[in-house]
Amino acid sequence: MIAGLYIDGQSALHRAAAGAKILAMVALGTGVFLIPDWPVVAFVLATVLLLYPASGFGPRIMWAQIKPILWLLMIFFAVQLWLNDWQAGMLVVTRIAAIVMFASLVTLTTKTSDLLASLERAMQPLRPIGVNPEKVSLAISMVLRFIPVISTVASEIRDAQRARGLDRSIVAMVVPLIIRTLKMADDVADAIDARSFD
Amino acid sequence: MKTKDIVYVALFAALTAVLGLFPPITLPVTGVPVTAQSLGPMLAGAILGARRGGLSIVLFLVLVAVGLPLLSGGRGGFGVMIGVTGGFMFGWAISAFVIGLLIEKFWNRLNVFNAALSIAFGGIVVLYAIGNAWVAVVAEISYWQATVGAAPFLIGDAIKVAIATAACLAVRRAYPLISKAG
Repeated sequence: MIAGLYIDGQSALHRAAAGAKILAMVALGTGVFLIPDWPVVAFVLATVLLLYPASGFGPRIMWAQIKPILWLLMIFFAVQLWLNDWQAGMLVVTRIAAIVMFASLVTLTTKTSDLLASLERAMQPLRPIGVNPEKVSLAISMVLRFIPVISTVASEIRDAQRARGLDRSIVAMVVPLIIRTLKMADDVADAIDARSFD
Repeated sequence: MKTKDIVYVALFAALTAVLGLFPPITLPVTGVPVTAQSLGPMLAGAILGARRGGLSIVLFLVLVAVGLPLLSGGRGGFGVMIGVTGGFMFGWAISAFVIGLLIEKFWNRLNVFNAALSIAFGGIVVLYAIGNAWVAVVAEISYWQATVGAAPFLIGDAIKVAIATAACLAVRRAYPLISKAG
């Protein structure tokens, strides 16, 4: 099973309900887009950043969250500086940073299984329009099982194509991979039907 | 949805995740990283069709959102979903749906040209229309500026359209899953 991005802890945010954290994330995301002054958004960002040590996360974890988009933020700041002024640049950068840092914090403090459980609950009212939560759960668990299987099949095909001198052709990799796993999928579907799921 | 359809949906969600495991290739001159992962939505739409293809990408995105590091580079969680490139994430699902719709329409007379056009329209035109709009709003730049900024990525996408077209036609011959009269 693939490990989620959750990091264990005992803080208030760790204990808060998954649904509440998602609502807070949506509210913060909408909120920062309604605020037109960068110092206010910077204050929001500072508050979000303070939540990291409050939840037991050090500077290394904080840095890991912002690092992937740092170059984009620098480009956005430069573009705003060029088109408008540095205040506009600060607004854009602090706004994105606040949203990303809070959203990452929700991911870090919420177990994948808790999020999936709230998802399943949230889907119950959608039953009348044809959404079946049990089938969604089945699909989710199958994805997690298929990932290692596909990786294994992919490395087998790579070896086979290397023997034919085709290991540099992506099409010669992808096509057998799809066809072999589709055949496997049919067997899995038959096995599920044989056990009267539905 | 029959059990078989659910398994196919799960399979292509997993395939998209596995494509993210391949290390990105950095293009010469521009230095733009090209990941294999965006092949996933193209293949899902072109092989499963609109409904199943779109749903498989929705399923993939749900798993990313709940905190599994399935995006290329081991990223995941809400931060990437609603961050700068979030439009491209949601765009993937719509792109797979649109590709599936077009492939279904051309299914009985599918050839290299209409398959490549379908995949390029859904996988590039539709995807970038959504992704660039998102970037433009988040970064407070014009739509045109966002489009110019995304242009270097088109080289990688053209390669992926070619791969997805070849794969779609080969799988159509060997293991056809769409049976729409069109």
